[in-house]
Amino acid sequence: MLRLPQFEVAEPASVDEAVQILKAHEGRARPMAGGTDLMPNMKHEIVVPEVVVGLWRIPGLKGVRIEEGAMHIGALTTLDELAQHPDVQAYLPALAEAVGMVAGPQLRRMGTIGGNVCLDTRCVYINQTYFWRQALGFCLKKDGTVCHVVKGGRRCVAAASNDSAPVLTLLDTRLLVQSAAGIREVALADFYVANGAFNQAREPDDLVTEIVVPLPAPGTLMAYTKLRTRAAIDFPELGVAVRALPGPDGLLTELDVCVTALAARPVRLAIEPELYQGRPLDEAVIEAVAQLAYKRCKPQTNIASDPAYRREMVPVFVRRALRRAVARGPVAG
Amino acid sequence: MKVVLPLKVNGDDYEVAVPPHWTLLEALRYELRLTGSKQGCDKGDCGACTVLVDGKPVLACLTLAVAARGKAITTIEGLAHRGKMDPVQDAFDESGALQCGFCQSGMMMSAKALLNERPDPTEEEMRLALSGNLCRCTGYTKIFDAVRRAAQLQAEARRVALGQDEG
Ligand SMILES: Cc1cc2nc3c(=O)[nH]c(=O)nc-3n(C[C@H](O)[C@H](O)[C@H](O)COP(=O)(O)OP(=O)(O)OC[C@H]3O[C@@H](n4cnc5c(N)ncnc54)[C@H](O)[C@@H]3O)c2cc1C
Ligand code: SF4
Ligand code: FES
Ligand code: FES
Repeated sequence: MLRLPQFEVAEPASVDEAVQILKAHEGRARPMAGGTDLMPNMKHEIVVPEVVVGLWRIPGLKGVRIEEGAMHIGALTTLDELAQHPDVQAYLPALAEAVGMVAGPQLRRMGTIGGNVCLDTRCVYINQTYFWRQALGFCLKKDGTVCHVVKGGRRCVAAASNDSAPVLTLLDTRLLVQSAAGIREVALADFYVANGAFNQAREPDDLVTEIVVPLPAPGTLMAYTKLRTRAAIDFPELGVAVRALPGPDGLLTELDVCVTALAARPVRLAIEPELYQGRPLDEAVIEAVAQLAYKRCKPQTNIASDPAYRREMVPVFVRRALRRAVARGPVAG
Repeated sequence: MKVVLPLKVNGDDYEVAVPPHWTLLEALRYELRLTGSKQGCDKGDCGACTVLVDGKPVLACLTLAVAARGKAITTIEGLAHRGKMDPVQDAFDESGALQCGFCQSGMMMSAKALLNERPDPTEEEMRLALSGNLCRCTGYTKIFDAVRRAAQLQAEARRVALGQDEG
């Protein structure tokens, strides 16, 4: 049995009402969408809010529409709805793929895309019961002053572990964020920050209401691959998203890779254009990109899986992702 | 302070008074005394607490009771109808799809949800639908046998029902 600490629940009927409640409690309230991340974190007393602000009664935050060349995804759309959606499968197949790989069938029906984008970072030393953490000694992320991953470290390096983030990053996604102060747009690239204690530029009264994904150029090849031990339970031990754009002549003009579960934020690997420009996406280019990724990725002991093994898996999963992108063919356009 | 919550469980309307930080699983087990849904890991890993909420399989251990207000909840206790076992239950029984039995209610709820959506699932759909339910004993082979058998039983029951309608 893993009981929740005590809290009150507010069930606002609108975003306006929700952000007012969040504001009024100044950091002592937490929004809850599907609760599949927040509930375990509260049970482990990593997050201990006085008020849980349930978003489930708020209408209008669900569903997908295409408008002005972008896919607009309501924050409360479930991962299952997204993975099954014909437009998402056609225009953003790598996103459908990534959210379809999150956890198991029950969790994908409960978990939302907004909650996935806002997922807390993870570390083998933090996602444990209070008793466990107390026995080892608390760490920087909650209640303590040391880091068990980086000895002498001053900054938490818990891993960004949301499967949607690397794909959304490669698509130059923007978030619509509403707070008590109003509505603003935040580029996903600015949303994630390199701090495992809290890896998002999100204030306590900020609610993500919509995820805006510009449709990729016609001809774009994309895929997401994920290393995990048990599909239905395990967060990514490594996640690799790839995006490639060949010109009309079939020769590459763009190639982009984003990895996750290695650092506190998803990391876009800057691939030098010399490596691919003017070449077809063939095995030679795939191998060159895989080797470059291997050089640039240094997994840590923050995840319960051997870092040396995870490092060896980097080129393997980059190859798999690129091959899968080629095999699937271009996105609808 | 407790909240008084209308809950519709297995077709019956209840009012339960629970603290706001209780899960749906706790409300079912400790207020309604429906202990068929199991409290295994209590954090989303095992699927033993799977119930249907508006027909969808969800984990009761990660659902706040208040979030289930007004929703139709089906637990393992609600599968049988007027004392007659559901085809899923008969199939699990006939196939001997259990050892310790702890995973069974969750397995059957996931199987039921699958067969409601896809009466004749492919092998892959079946494996995927049960992938959120851990079994530490059986090795799954007999559980998959049971789901295939349940699909058959359900199809037969439908044929019989149709035949009766025509007759
Ligand atoms: C066993 C298990 C396995 C899992 N495996 C994976 C996995 O493989 N990959 C993966 O990515 N995830 C995984 N998850 C985590 C989770 O199920 C998903 O990430 C899910 O999408 C989270 O969404 P939610 O709506 O349930 O989030 P919630 O738990 O409701 O919220 C998550 C966080 O975001 C905040 N939040 C939620 N919605 C908003 C919003 N609209 N605006 C601002 N803040 C918000 C909450 O306050 C909270 O801090 C797993 C969870 C479990 C229990
Ligand atoms: S990276 Fe260090 S500080 Fe952060 S959660 Fe893990 S052990 Fe704690
Ligand atoms: S008890 Fe709910 S998933 Fe294990
Ligand atoms: S029969 Fe024991 S866990 Fe499945």
